[in-house]
Amino acid sequence: MAESPEAAGAGREAPIRVVLAKLGLDGHDRGLKVVARMLRDAGMEVIYLGLRQTTESVIAAVEQEDADVIGLSMHNAGHLALAPRILQALADSGLDVPVVIGGIVPEADVATLKELGISAVLHPGASAVEVAEAIRRSVA
Amino acid sequence: MIAARDLLDRARSGDRRALGRLLTLTERGDAGAHGLDGLVHPHARGDATVIGVTGAPGTGKSTLVGHLVKEIADAGGQPAVLAVDPSSPLSGGAILGDRIRMDGVAEGRAFIRSMATRGHAGGLALAVPGALRLFEACGFGPLVVETVGVGQVEVDVTRTADTTVVMLAPGMGDAVQANKSGLLEVADVLVVNKADRPGADDVRRDLEHMLDLGHITGATQHWRPEIIMTTATTGEGMDQVHQAIQSHRAHLTSTGGLEARRQARIHQEVQDRIAQHLDAAAESLLSTQPPELRDALEGSQTPAAAAAKISKRLLSNQP
Repeated sequence: MAESPEAAGAGREAPIRVVLAKLGLDGHDRGLKVVARMLRDAGMEVIYLGLRQTTESVIAAVEQEDADVIGLSMHNAGHLALAPRILQALADSGLDVPVVIGGIVPEADVATLKELGISAVLHPGASAVEVAEAIRRSVA
Repeated sequence: MIAARDLLDRARSGDRRALGRLLTLTERGDAGAHGLDGLVHPHARGDATVIGVTGAPGTGKSTLVGHLVKEIADAGGQPAVLAVDPSSPLSGGAILGDRIRMDGVAEGRAFIRSMATRGHAGGLALAVPGALRLFEACGFGPLVVETVGVGQVEVDVTRTADTTVVMLAPGMGDAVQANKSGLLEVADVLVVNKADRPGADDVRRDLEHMLDLGHITGATQHWRPEIIMTTATTGEGMDQVHQAIQSHRAHLTSTGGLEARRQARIHQEVQDRIAQHLDAAAESLLSTQPPELRDALEGSQTPAAAAAKISKRLLSNQP
């Protein structure tokens, strides 16, 4: 049993911190809001950046918020262009933070995204448990 | 601790990633965090201006903070922001949604850190004072603390900030609300946001009356808060908010109030930390199922009587 607050604090896991964003011109944020709620209910701290973010604003948020993982929602068929850009920006900033993509991604592109270094790809209809598990596995 | 020392050196020479990681360490509140606080302490003398922004949910606090840090940066400051949002009492998770309002207007000119309350009541997180010291040690200032959306009694921010800005919006109550105890009494600057909406002038009038009465009773004889009308979405009135904060600071400096507030701040943190220690000790003792607890559970003595006996024991034997 804990003898002091120090010991008590050390025994408790700090919540996983997730930055959630959509990059560029892609206004479909309903899914991102649902995912934010799923992760909150799974005990995670969600830094919700929402719409019209840039790779720079996401990187700045990851640095300042010390995020464990980035979740990007993509519904504009831009994933093959945007994924390499964010991964490059992370590498340039010396950040080793996993990226999970969710949204409309054709099955044929999943392998490509994973080869590029995306940790997981979630499709529409993924359950709350699947979403939380994908995030947990990516930071493990 | 060597890692923390190295991170602190890097953070103090401008490495934002290192500062981000140190803030996480501070938030954990464990032995590592206490060690870090010791390293930071010599570099944080409490000279940085701390501005608190509080008010009910949805009144426009984050948007105002976004504009405010821009004003601060324009005036040559190096602003940093702590934006607190509530943790879920059920899952422990949180949606930290302040940054989304600030980023666009602040144009990347501030270091913004979102923080969940992690079970702490009063409108702030327990890690706030330590995080503010970290910011100061890394050369940031003025510092802005945004509380969770508050009701009437969450006035912790006044013991953290030099200047407390309380935000209101039209449609949230009449003159009776304005006269109640709590949040409005502790404001140094009052902001009526959404001034473009109907009812904003009524809010202003009710606040003026409340302040007039305070003047009669003597409650506001030392400082009468300015009332600023703003529209945070357009930035209307934001320069006046910045000016009002500066006038209040000048008032504090000239009256010695600044030093009084600093001492109150340290006093409060010591008290909060003692409460944290006692809480942990109580939790630990109760987990051993002491006889008084069993009696209370069986109904042979009241919870209050059991608590009094256990507390006596707790405070006499050093745990």
